[in-house]
Amino acid sequence: MLNVGKIEEGFVLDHIKAGKSLNIYDNLHLDKLDCTVAIIKNARSDKMGKKDILKVECDINMLDLDILAFLDHSITVNVIKNGEIVEKKDLVLPKEIKNVIRCHNPRCITSIEQGLPQIFFLADEQKEIYRCKYCEEKYAERRRERRSK
Amino acid sequence: MRHLISPLDFTTEELDRLFDLAADIEHAPSKYAHICEGKILATCFYEPSTRTRLSFESAMIRLGGKVIGFSDANSSSAAKGESVSDTIRVISCYADICAIRHPKEGAATVASSKSLIPVVNAGDGGHQHPTQTLTDLLTIRSLKGRLGGFTIGLCGDLKFGRTVHSLIHALVRYENVNFIFISPEELRIPDYITEMLKEKGIPYREVIRLEDVLPELDLLYMTRVQKERFFNEEDYVRLKDFYILTTEKMELAKDDMLILHPLPRVNEIDVEVDEDPRAAYFRQAQYGVYVRMALIITLLGLAK
Repeated sequence: MLNVGKIEEGFVLDHIKAGKSLNIYDNLHLDKLDCTVAIIKNARSDKMGKKDILKVECDINMLDLDILAFLDHSITVNVIKNGEIVEKKDLVLPKEIKNVIRCHNPRCITSIEQGLPQIFFLADEQKEIYRCKYCEEKYAERRRERRSK
Repeated sequence: MRHLISPLDFTTEELDRLFDLAADIEHAPSKYAHICEGKILATCFYEPSTRTRLSFESAMIRLGGKVIGFSDANSSSAAKGESVSDTIRVISCYADICAIRHPKEGAATVASSKSLIPVVNAGDGGHQHPTQTLTDLLTIRSLKGRLGGFTIGLCGDLKFGRTVHSLIHALVRYENVNFIFISPEELRIPDYITEMLKEKGIPYREVIRLEDVLPELDLLYMTRVQKERFFNEEDYVRLKDFYILTTEKMELAKDDMLILHPLPRVNEIDVEVDEDPRAAYFRQAQYGVYVRMALIITLLGLAK
């Protein structure tokens, strides 16, 4: 069993679907932050069989974790201070998602305009529907994923 | 700075002011003949359009302003690969207001985000065509005397017809509007619209035969089955003649029912119907100029 030491301040992102930690790493832009990150892949889990865990040592105000709610609802976010878990953070769907997903509408301006950020807005919080800022096409992949769970 | 990208960008109060101005222009056009002197409208049309472009140009010229622009992508820098963002930044240096039509959905949103001058969406693919909606609303208000308190039948291509979708979204903001959707199964109104109506508690029905509901209607909004919205030629040929309004069918309609159509018409309204006083679609085109005149004045901040 691999052991990764405790962190003093930061986040432990637990119950990430096995193999998805690098996706989370990318979408939290952790590559751009000067902080210690441990990526644990395929850890044993009673609940999930296998899971990934991310440990991020950083100022707890430094990371915007809202995108996790969109990427994977099942992730547990533990907030760490002085080496202890001080909070289990509830994930809230972000109002806007930038450059995480792409619009699949072939008629959308994003399909041809160079340098245009891919922006989606939360159109219906209850139904968890995001729409492209430009063409307003619904982003459907997430709902398909949730139905298949 | 104000733009017009979606028909819902203006509140109903703002629309009232816009329509009051359009009505004043209709009745006293000479008052407004020089209001835009020294101003330039750029019409950036990346896809062909006769009516919308000429309507904008006519509106600006009638206000005393001047017009520059292009009428298809091949005669613009887009053919060299220039982005919409770059084009609008440059156009902002040449003109005071811009009307843009583009085949890609959301192009006007992109333009407005980079523009230094007001941008009017003159149609972005199958997405929005707000000045058509303003035209429809002004026509209804002018000829019916009110917006609300009527049953409107929308007939034809309700699946791809952006003018229909925009008009429904605009009309749900008024009271006592009853919708009847008349279309073949393949061209039914999208679910997200019927869901929206259900949520708001607004009455609607979906029917296949026009004749079944014609006697109930105060307004009939006809649409063309648009070839360019189909990926498949066979589907287009099979569905294009599904609904044709004739003088015989018009005998079923109320005496004061109005027929509206965004134009161009192919064959869905028989030419004999044009002589019927209830045919309002050519008057609708005239209101399109008035409402664009009012819009240009408003967006340029020249309204008193």
